[in-house]
Amino acid sequence: MNFTLKIWRQKNANAKGSFQTYPLKDVSPEMSFLEMLDYLNNQLISQGKEPVTFEHDCREGICGSCGLYINGRPHGPQRSTTTCELHMRDFKDGETIVVEPWRSKAFPVIKDLIVDRSSFERIMHAGGFVNVNVGCAPESNSSPIGKLIADKVFDAAVCIGCGACVAACKNSSAMLYAAAKIAQYAMIPQGKVEAKERVDKMVKQMDTEGFGFCSNTYACEFDCPKGISTDFIALMNREFFSSKACKQKHA
Amino acid sequence: MIKLDSKIPEGPLAEKWSRYKAGLRLVNPANKKKIDIIVVGTGLAGAGAASALGELGYNVKVFCFQDSPRRAHSVAAQGGINAAKNYRNDNDSIYRLFHDMMKGGDYRAREANVYRAAEVSNDVIDHFTAMGVPFARDYGGSLDTRSFGGVQVSRTFYAKGQTGQQCLLGTYSSLNRQIAKGTVKMFPRRDMLDIVMVDGKARGVITRNLVSGELERHSAHAVVLATGGYGTVFYLSTLGLGSNASAAWSAYRKGAVFANPSFIQIHPTSIPVLNDYQCKLTLMSESLRNDGRVWVPKEKGDKRHANEIPEEGRDYYLERRYPAFGNLVPRDVASRAAKERCDAGYGVGDTGLSVYLDFKDAINKQGEKAIRDKYGNLFEMYEKITGINPYKQPMRIYPAGHYTMGGLWVDYNLMTTIPGLYAIGESNFSDHGANRLGASSLMQCSGDGYFILPNTISDYLSEDIRTGKISTDQPAFEEAEKQVADRIQKIMAVGGKETASSFHKQLGKIMWDHCGMRRDAEGLKKGMELLIQLEEEFWSNICVPGTDKELNQELEKALKVADFFEVGRLMCEDALQREESCGAHFREEHQTETGEAKRNDANFAFVAAWEYQGPAAKPKLHKEALEFKYVELKERSYK
Amino acid sequence: MALAGMFLMIFLIFHLATNLLMLAGDGGKAFSEAVTFLSESPLIKVMEYVLFAGFLIHILLGVILQLHNYRSRPVKYHTRLRSETSTFSRFMFHTGVIIFVFLVIHLINFFFIRLGWVPQPDYAAHKHDFYSVAVVLFKNPWYTAIYLVSFVFLGFHLKHAFQSSFQSLGLNHTKYTPAIKVIGTIYALGISVGFAIIPVYFLFFY
Repeated sequence: MNFTLKIWRQKNANAKGSFQTYPLKDVSPEMSFLEMLDYLNNQLISQGKEPVTFEHDCREGICGSCGLYINGRPHGPQRSTTTCELHMRDFKDGETIVVEPWRSKAFPVIKDLIVDRSSFERIMHAGGFVNVNVGCAPESNSSPIGKLIADKVFDAAVCIGCGACVAACKNSSAMLYAAAKIAQYAMIPQGKVEAKERVDKMVKQMDTEGFGFCSNTYACEFDCPKGISTDFIALMNREFFSSKACKQKHA
Repeated sequence: MIKLDSKIPEGPLAEKWSRYKAGLRLVNPANKKKIDIIVVGTGLAGAGAASALGELGYNVKVFCFQDSPRRAHSVAAQGGINAAKNYRNDNDSIYRLFHDMMKGGDYRAREANVYRAAEVSNDVIDHFTAMGVPFARDYGGSLDTRSFGGVQVSRTFYAKGQTGQQCLLGTYSSLNRQIAKGTVKMFPRRDMLDIVMVDGKARGVITRNLVSGELERHSAHAVVLATGGYGTVFYLSTLGLGSNASAAWSAYRKGAVFANPSFIQIHPTSIPVLNDYQCKLTLMSESLRNDGRVWVPKEKGDKRHANEIPEEGRDYYLERRYPAFGNLVPRDVASRAAKERCDAGYGVGDTGLSVYLDFKDAINKQGEKAIRDKYGNLFEMYEKITGINPYKQPMRIYPAGHYTMGGLWVDYNLMTTIPGLYAIGESNFSDHGANRLGASSLMQCSGDGYFILPNTISDYLSEDIRTGKISTDQPAFEEAEKQVADRIQKIMAVGGKETASSFHKQLGKIMWDHCGMRRDAEGLKKGMELLIQLEEEFWSNICVPGTDKELNQELEKALKVADFFEVGRLMCEDALQREESCGAHFREEHQTETGEAKRNDANFAFVAAWEYQGPAAKPKLHKEALEFKYVELKERSYK
Repeated sequence: MALAGMFLMIFLIFHLATNLLMLAGDGGKAFSEAVTFLSESPLIKVMEYVLFAGFLIHILLGVILQLHNYRSRPVKYHTRLRSETSTFSRFMFHTGVIIFVFLVIHLINFFFIRLGWVPQPDYAAHKHDFYSVAVVLFKNPWYTAIYLVSFVFLGFHLKHAFQSSFQSLGLNHTKYTPAIKVIGTIYALGISVGFAIIPVYFLFFY
């Protein structure tokens, strides 16, 4: 297969970037999208040019490192698929493929296609945990959690932190990311204790980072490689309002 | 002169850990604030240790090469995590878990360590549950378990096919909690490139900031390596592409001995290589072998479509060779059997390097829905990668490098032979002997990080309460930084033609062919020669574009590959020395008449610990004899 | 945003109900009585202010949201967003602006007459005689067209708004949310068609 690649190149965070066009021949349909980029990089290096920098690690769709904005969609055209799981057979021969980094004020570009997602980290630091020390855990089966709830908690917990929700959102909002974590803990007894404080702090941090507001377009759910439901956003909203209503003074 | 002292405490097996713990020295809370600890790596072991140490009040600095600690490769573990909870009333116990691990490891692990790992496994599950890790539950709301290869009880806790992810995210949350509290400082996007030794003790690390390219000095009273295994030595493996041996290797170069490097697990069920540019193999969980049947055509080079080969034309070779365990034989056995068939010319697919894993019978018997419920996400993953629907035709699988049982030698305290340098999780040679049982790596990593290291490290640190801050302006830091800088300059200066990945690929092929699933003396020697040649070529023809003072992924790769030549050589050296077959280590010269592994307990019941003697010199072998008081050494038979 | 929007949606129902009285076929008697009653009721007087506040909050918040969201992505994508979303949800601001323009025209035509800001037209019997005003206006095909187009966009706006407001307030449920979505569509259709019938009736059948 042959492709024309139009890729965003940017030397570093302060440099001005631009699109570069690379024709690429003899691509195997069996290649994953990232292997295709490896193949391109190999050619660039042999031509004495700088390879395209992109983030990746596990290449099996679970670490959340990779994230490219491909032809107008985060992680490309396939649903429930990360960039590393995307294959070239999903594209048309001869197609022009435009590859961009995630775009958001809270995700500044570091180099080429790599963005700084530390804003996600700070949202987690604000409260994405249960306050429990090593050694003070009760026996696991002492607080049963029904299977249906447990399954729902799992559905929220599968977030891989890739940032596709922000990339897909026209408002570049991080609601789905924050909601997944808040919902995971709000639904179980371990996390309920401090649920109100948690939602308050995490939402505040999210707003500080410069993410946009949610306008319920649900693009995040469609483009989430793990298919996390926007129902969790509603749950977060509910938690948020009830936290505000309680007016507890948080430490 | 290094003398191995495993510091295994006296006393009955079941009481060793609790008695030993009671006698360990402590650091009082006020003094903990004066003590710095560096943790490298943020997988289950590293992030667990860092958060536990942070909770205790130490100042912890944590490093990882990813942009976030949540991306460490523990995230990719699928199947589950073992614990001896006996929730099933199937007569499980700490002793039974211990025994299974000893047997599964083909009697090449330390009894005391393995028992301790089994002992803390229950605390690990409780802690994860308390942190909100969503383990699978049954309708009554209690935790559910499933069975795994090589054992007769159901003790594996799981979260669908993403147990590693859920455990890691739980651990990540506890790390975040400490970061928020200020006890832990996180340094992402850093490669650890060297250990700094002051007066014979590990006192710091040199890291490279992967964004700016600057070298940084970090000091501490103790350094903990939680940097995982070296399975990427095969290039194609189930590991993350960033996984590497460099951190552990820098410790080895500074005098930490390296144990059992040749013990490397090849996982039998990975998706085979599909194209020449592939750099990663994706695992299909071991649990699939519960319902899938493994087969190859009876006729050599049968090119018919799998669905067109009738029942009588199929050779279910695992069921044929191992009627007692059938498709559920342990990983090492299943891998070797697959290789044997493919080498004999019965392999399927374009390359002839794969076998079928067929669910036809299971689907006919249980219905497609039942299979979808059990393995839905794995089937989907398979279809995504290969474009083939495994409900309609069999999966193709082939073994792939997966887990390294070998690693830095540690004593009972998890300290390496360098004082103040600890190794936890997969990076130590640990508790798995010559072969790891499924679902015991998450267990061991979390146990090491949360429950063992935080106790043992205080014993060492109690001597450091008067030391005060360690200055990074000392000559030792300067020198270590200079060495790292020189190495980087040396690589940058070569200006050759070939990329790091290309070298890595060649290296992987040498290792796979000569030090893979089946080894022999001649091949191992040949492998070592080839490695030396390739290393020479590397240093004269490596091409690293760009500069070292920027984000440069090619440089990162080259630095990692440069270390792998030595890793590979040591693996061959160790495999050559071990004149027996045990667990994952199979020597052609040592097999039974039916082609099974033949152990030599009289001469090889020891841990082979290698001491670095310089870049070209042959490393020195130290032997730690293994004593077995609580298990009887038997032949592992699955027939 | 959602609360103000919900309030406005309730107002629309009352507004529509009143307007439909125009079609009673009694020469606008019932309608005029209703208008007079409403204009003089003290409760409605108070509600008028609340309604204005509702519009103001909804519009202001909408503008603030849009500005903030625009700034959250300082460097735009080269390729147009192709993520699957309902088309209406993406253009809430745009449809909102159109509705706002309509609102201004609408107020000039009717409400401002009552307030005396706009001189009372000759054909109106008194400042509450919206019926006559409406009849004259809707006889003009241009006016009818503007109204109809606006109602179409109002429908688009409401289609998303209805269920979105529930989502924003966290009022979702596995069972009821699908129902809310259906009701939302019916509501949006009902309001826009309901309002549209009136000018069409006056243009063609009166």
